[in-house]
Amino acid sequence: MSAVYIVGVGIHPFGRHASRTGRQQGEFAARAAMKDAGVDWGAVQFAYGGSDSAGNADTMVEQLGLTGLQFINVANGCATGGSALFGAYSCIKSGEFGLGMAIGFDKHPRGAFDPRPADWGLPDWYGETGLMLTTQFFAMKLRRYMHQFGITPLALARVAAKSFDNGAKAGHAWRRSPIDLESILNAPMINDPLTKYMFCSPAEGGVALVLADETTARQLGRPQVRLSAVTMRTRPPGSFEVFAPSLDLERGSSATVVASKAAFEMAGIGPRDIAVAQLQDTESGAEIMHMAENGFCADGEQEVWLAEGRTCIGGQLPVNTDGGCIACGEPIGASGLRQVYENVVQLRGAGGARQVPGEPKTAYSHVYGAPGVSAVVVLER
Amino acid sequence: MDQRLVDSSLFTGGAAPQLVGGRHRRTGRVVFPLPAGNDEFEALPLPRAGRLWSYTVQRFAPKSPPYAAADPFEPFAVGYVELPGALIVETRLANVAFDELRIGMLMELAIVPLRVEPAGTTVTTFAFQPTRNAAA
Repeated sequence: MSAVYIVGVGIHPFGRHASRTGRQQGEFAARAAMKDAGVDWGAVQFAYGGSDSAGNADTMVEQLGLTGLQFINVANGCATGGSALFGAYSCIKSGEFGLGMAIGFDKHPRGAFDPRPADWGLPDWYGETGLMLTTQFFAMKLRRYMHQFGITPLALARVAAKSFDNGAKAGHAWRRSPIDLESILNAPMINDPLTKYMFCSPAEGGVALVLADETTARQLGRPQVRLSAVTMRTRPPGSFEVFAPSLDLERGSSATVVASKAAFEMAGIGPRDIAVAQLQDTESGAEIMHMAENGFCADGEQEVWLAEGRTCIGGQLPVNTDGGCIACGEPIGASGLRQVYENVVQLRGAGGARQVPGEPKTAYSHVYGAPGVSAVVVLER
Repeated sequence: MDQRLVDSSLFTGGAAPQLVGGRHRRTGRVVFPLPAGNDEFEALPLPRAGRLWSYTVQRFAPKSPPYAAADPFEPFAVGYVELPGALIVETRLANVAFDELRIGMLMELAIVPLRVEPAGTTVTTFAFQPTRNAAA
């Protein structure tokens, strides 16, 4: 078994880009990642790639070159990027290939996602009656959590303000202007207790990562950032997930808790060893709940953490250093790989104005999505 | 005025209809709605009352399809209601001011209008509303 390194990263800026398809944004990212790694397409032995709503990844061989490489399409909802990365990681770890790529991209229409009940195994009435909205789930999971653990609306606003501050310093972010706490709190409600500025929006973008085994990484002069864990998990009994017409009385944990524990076991380190984290922040409450679900603090401690700025750049555990989904938007297929991109940038010390001080050696990323999937990646330098 | 339920399989018949859930024959796990065409679950009428477990207000119009309700859109409350001994059910919340919603408040099942079809038929669905004589 080989150690697996990330030897090249590329990103197409997130946001809205009328002149480019989602796949073209993926190609852009792929070319940037190859340039970063110092390889050409002919050296790429395999790829895993996918999008949620922007078509098949493998058709980009038409533009990138008909080298005959193995290219596997991935469609795994919000875990598409994480699943593509798991595929690429496993291929290299097993010794099957020495150099490959994970690619994720997407392009969504404006406004909330509009899933069809039948695609999720749900009856039509669930959509007709206005219950099939991801935003409602986020708000209701959060409302319950705030009630149980004493989280305040001010804490929600602090997360969003931090995201916009960080996004202003990230070249690939979409929302690049700071917004103050008062404006965030007083903005129109979308789904109470979440205001407009506390939610991320569906967006567009592309990310590609070039992975290599140790020998190849050394040949390329890039044996720095190692993948020490990649996990993808589904929900356990009693979890609270998107699109749930009913919940069990006996409450359980979550897909995030399962994926996180597995990742820490695989990496052989714990939450206290992590220097920087990118956590799924579909809305600001999600970041707060995911701080605890991933083991970084106890339920309810987030209020103090946020008041003291512990998750700001320069704090004890900087979270979402590029502004996360709140500042970057959420192109589903690209979002999980954006987090890994950002962590590679941080571990290389290339974060510029948003660089985490103290030469971070460990980085953690986490995605969550419907219908209860989560993917976690741990990087070490 | 003609009325029809948005999906008649959701309810028991009679003057005081109940929601129909499903109980897994082996594990006893209770779910809602009753899974269609799945012999592992038997029909289970659900309690008509419980306590509010969580809630939000839907402030923007959901995309249509799948949404098919009153036009123009009016914000509505949704929540989860814990039905003792059974499960926690997701539901619209009716006949309550948004700022009166509290986790733990007593709620009971109601049948409420969802939309009126062009032919004049009123389509109804289930909701929970504050219990009227909430002495408990």
